[in-house]
Amino acid sequence: MEDHGSPALRRLLAGLPDAVRATHAQHGDATALVDAARIQEVLRFLRDDVECEFEMLSDLCAVDYLGEQPRFEVVYHLYSVARNQRVRVKARVPEEPCEIDTACDVWPSADWLEREVWDLYGIRFRGHPNLKRLLLYEEFEGHPLRKDYPKEKRQPLVGPRN
Amino acid sequence: MASEPVRLTGRAREGPEDDLERDLHTEHQILNMGPSHPATHGTVKFIVELDGETVVDIEVLVGYLHRGFEKECEAGTWYQAIPYTDRLNYNSSILANLGYCMAVEKLLGIQTPERCQWLRVLSSELARVADHLTRCGAACLEMQAMTPFIYGIEARELIWDLCEMLCGARLTSNYIRIGGVKHPMPREFQRTCRANLEKIRTLLADFDSVVTSNRIFVDRLKGTGVLSKEDCIRYAVTGPLLRAAGVPLDVRKAEPYLVYEQIDFDVPIGEVGDNYDRYLVCVEEMHQSLRIVEQCLERLEDLGDGPVNVDDPRVRWPAKGRVFNHMEELIQQFKAVTEGPRVPVGEGYFAIESANGELGFYLVSDGSAVPHKVRCRPPSLINLAPLPLMVRGALLADIIPTFDFVNMIGGECDR
Repeated sequence: MEDHGSPALRRLLAGLPDAVRATHAQHGDATALVDAARIQEVLRFLRDDVECEFEMLSDLCAVDYLGEQPRFEVVYHLYSVARNQRVRVKARVPEEPCEIDTACDVWPSADWLEREVWDLYGIRFRGHPNLKRLLLYEEFEGHPLRKDYPKEKRQPLVGPRN
Repeated sequence: MASEPVRLTGRAREGPEDDLERDLHTEHQILNMGPSHPATHGTVKFIVELDGETVVDIEVLVGYLHRGFEKECEAGTWYQAIPYTDRLNYNSSILANLGYCMAVEKLLGIQTPERCQWLRVLSSELARVADHLTRCGAACLEMQAMTPFIYGIEARELIWDLCEMLCGARLTSNYIRIGGVKHPMPREFQRTCRANLEKIRTLLADFDSVVTSNRIFVDRLKGTGVLSKEDCIRYAVTGPLLRAAGVPLDVRKAEPYLVYEQIDFDVPIGEVGDNYDRYLVCVEEMHQSLRIVEQCLERLEDLGDGPVNVDDPRVRWPAKGRVFNHMEELIQQFKAVTEGPRVPVGEGYFAIESANGELGFYLVSDGSAVPHKVRCRPPSLINLAPLPLMVRGALLADIIPTFDFVNMIGGECDR
């Protein structure tokens, strides 16, 4: 696999070669598709490695590729303040079991972002301390950003329990 | 008649020292603030656990303004998402337009003309000033100071007048388009803009004279809502909050886009990361933005008239004269209006420095005229997440200025 001139990808391929499935640098964004089972290990490596230093989990989101196997992709955008570099890490998550390890232990900013992904896509994050809906209300049924959730679907707005 | 001797109660006989040590059985109190609270300019709910007036813990509930931004974007064409981005951060809608359009341009591989780039910088810096004015003005208002708010809003009106000249709208600009901007600058814009900049500077001086060294204001801001440099980075906090903590990170300098490399401006930073530092950083950023606007005006004068849109058949609309007389252009016009550009298969992330921090758009295209995924990295949401760290152990009243300077904008936070 190629590192596309990105120091982060080069270190990752050298440090954890068997965790990386594919790399690309489309439009200049260094990207690594990694093994979902080893996501925590990869993220921790990228944070702690002396030549990577990704102290910031800039963004975390998911994409639904309905019809593909595995169906979902969780996307992490990392940024290094010290080195002013970015890298994108992706991991595929199947529909069943729709689970991946949490990144909360690596960066606390993952807390709300993972709650949002659980809320809108229904992907569970193993080990998350407080995995509940972030934007929608607890009584909401389904996960609206899934491609098979119809846009026109309406649900009655239920008030909070207390 | 002699009265009965007053029998001292058990407590009094023990003496005052013992009384002070007695356990008063205080309990923590739960207080609900919001979702529509007069002292917070944002639709958000706090569940505060209080010990007397001290905040023991706080839970932040967001999502009251969730309108399904991403779902709506995935149902329309690439163009149809632009008006939705107006409604993210409605104080500085041009910045959200810019972030989205530049992300689409990244996927399309489009480079916009120089005139357009200067115009984009000019409009986005005006939007940044409007956003900071709202933040600082509303913070004063929520601390019961009406006058500075009026100064701030008056200055913001002057900016919105300029926005109206540029794009016809004041709040929801819809100005930046894929491959360019909606209109070139009107002829009288330069003169009005220079006049308004002077008025804004006067109003900022007035604002400064009543606020910056005001005893009440300083007492309420100094030392409150502190978030250290390390915590900011761990929580991915960006924008004025991060700079107030002493990290000179600004996307305009770190990863310059448009023509920011050619512009002379400074990035102010604070020392301790409290609310007062945030205020000072915002004020200085407004002055820097006004400096940038002046440089843009000068450069645009030098560049003169000319196209403000890229001449790329995928995104530009054909000239009207030809549409009415030529079949080819008529078809092109029809395709451009009904489905717009087809973006090649792929993914891309583009970040700009918005008024609140790094505003990023992560787009995935499946090659069709409809986006597969439009993800907005909302600085408001990410900056709000460490609020418990900022106010734990502080007084209840400190929540108000801290929340004001976090500047959570519901539309962008909840999308």
